[in-house]
Amino acid sequence: MIEVIQLLINGILLGSILALGAVGATMIFGVLRFAHFAHGDFMAVGAYFALTVVTVFNLPVLAALPVAMAGTAALAVAIDQVVYKRIRRVQPVILLISSFATALVLRSAIQMIWGSSNQVYETGIQLPWRIGPLTLKPDHLLIFAAAAGLVLMVHLFLTRTRMGKAMRAMSDNMDLALITGIPADRVIMWTWAIGGALAAAAGVLLGMDTRLHPVMGWTLLLPIFAATILGGIGRPYGAILGGLVIGCAMELSTLIIPGSYKPAVAFAIMVLTLIFRPQGIIKGAV
Amino acid sequence: MSLIHAEGLYAGYGGVDILRNTHLRVGADEIVVIVGPNGAGKSTAMKAMFGLVPVRAGTVTYRGEDITNRPPERMVTRGIAYVPQEANIFPSLSVLENLELGAYAIPGDMSPRLEKVFEIFPRLRERRHQQAGVMSGGERQMVAMGRALMVDPHLLMLDEPTAGLSPRLIDETIERIREVNQLGIGVLMVEQNARQALAVADRGYVLATGENRHEDSGPALLANPEVAEMFLGG
Repeated sequence: MIEVIQLLINGILLGSILALGAVGATMIFGVLRFAHFAHGDFMAVGAYFALTVVTVFNLPVLAALPVAMAGTAALAVAIDQVVYKRIRRVQPVILLISSFATALVLRSAIQMIWGSSNQVYETGIQLPWRIGPLTLKPDHLLIFAAAAGLVLMVHLFLTRTRMGKAMRAMSDNMDLALITGIPADRVIMWTWAIGGALAAAAGVLLGMDTRLHPVMGWTLLLPIFAATILGGIGRPYGAILGGLVIGCAMELSTLIIPGSYKPAVAFAIMVLTLIFRPQGIIKGAV
Repeated sequence: MSLIHAEGLYAGYGGVDILRNTHLRVGADEIVVIVGPNGAGKSTAMKAMFGLVPVRAGTVTYRGEDITNRPPERMVTRGIAYVPQEANIFPSLSVLENLELGAYAIPGDMSPRLEKVFEIFPRLRERRHQQAGVMSGGERQMVAMGRALMVDPHLLMLDEPTAGLSPRLIDETIERIREVNQLGIGVLMVEQNARQALAVADRGYVLATGENRHEDSGPALLANPEVAEMFLGG
């Protein structure tokens, strides 16, 4: 029982990181209609941006978080302008393949700039808190609080701001958004900025929990897509729920199968969702 | 002076002209109805005027300004609103959000416009927090028209506003369109339910294979035996 609770805590932690990645990926899919394969590498880039801020200015990681988010948002918008924008009107598969290439470029750039070995934000051992038989690192609370805060901000953005509503509208019905006079180009730019910023946050939080290495984001891409599909593609709230479910499922699976199969669990959930409930787990319209 | 005037339009998809020398005109306070058999180019004519289908030849003039092939977002800011036949709401958004987005391209305070839409469609005020996608067909049509009216348009284009509605709702929808027109908004609509629509129309056009066949007042078209036989089902 204690083991299950401990794994659930770990699962919620992993799940909130996945959720941040999945929200951005699902919004990009909703507005631009393609699966963005470089999303995991946006996470890694964000994590390394934060590393530079932490080492150069000797700041705590959470202080570097906004800088990393802003930097990655700018990078995402720039990549869209340089790469994706000019092929927006061709078949989605070409966009998908170019995002794959973008992923490779970003990963190589990380290796060239920051090196390919493992790195950490803070050296030294953080003593875990012991709550009865459970253990919790102080960082875990920070990670969870940051993720929850960001999810709340996304919610407020999507429901309270004109741009957020326009983004949901475009994801809902692209043609009608055009007829209504919603400026597609501006909505697309905001989508990349927010998707990039959230991916960066996910990367930084992942780096706090574990360590930084150039493929840290790429290895999480599959669980992120699984969360996106589980929550219903194009639905931000579904992606949050999907992230939490996938995160918990991956951690709990270690009770019965070896831990190295965790990504396979995400993959299995994704396949089952696509077979039995391709519209996602959230009920409701369209 | 006419509000919008399409002259000698040739337009279509992928190099094939669906419209051939089509003429249409809507006066400032008029209700104008386009009827005709399937494939006559009724919807295409309206889409071409709104910039959704490329015009190959001919001109569209709106309040004296050439707007041929302008992008749809520019039409909206000039006061032309268009309601497509299908997929004409944002289903996962609330009624209120649908209406707010209708006003997106128009600067300034939208609350007077919102109030006006709620006066025409009191049902929308009652259900403003409802998710639009789960509403009935008639209510969705109200949302769609309400969204278009948030532009505060001079001209409202409606593509088959009564399609798929029950007979009672068809009458109600036509009555609402008349009310909108009485606010001084010109209406151009394509209608399958030609009888009810022509009955309230100031003028009507009969299109067939992309060409103008007849043009007359609504009642006169209804009384024309040739039109009745061809397009109104005898």
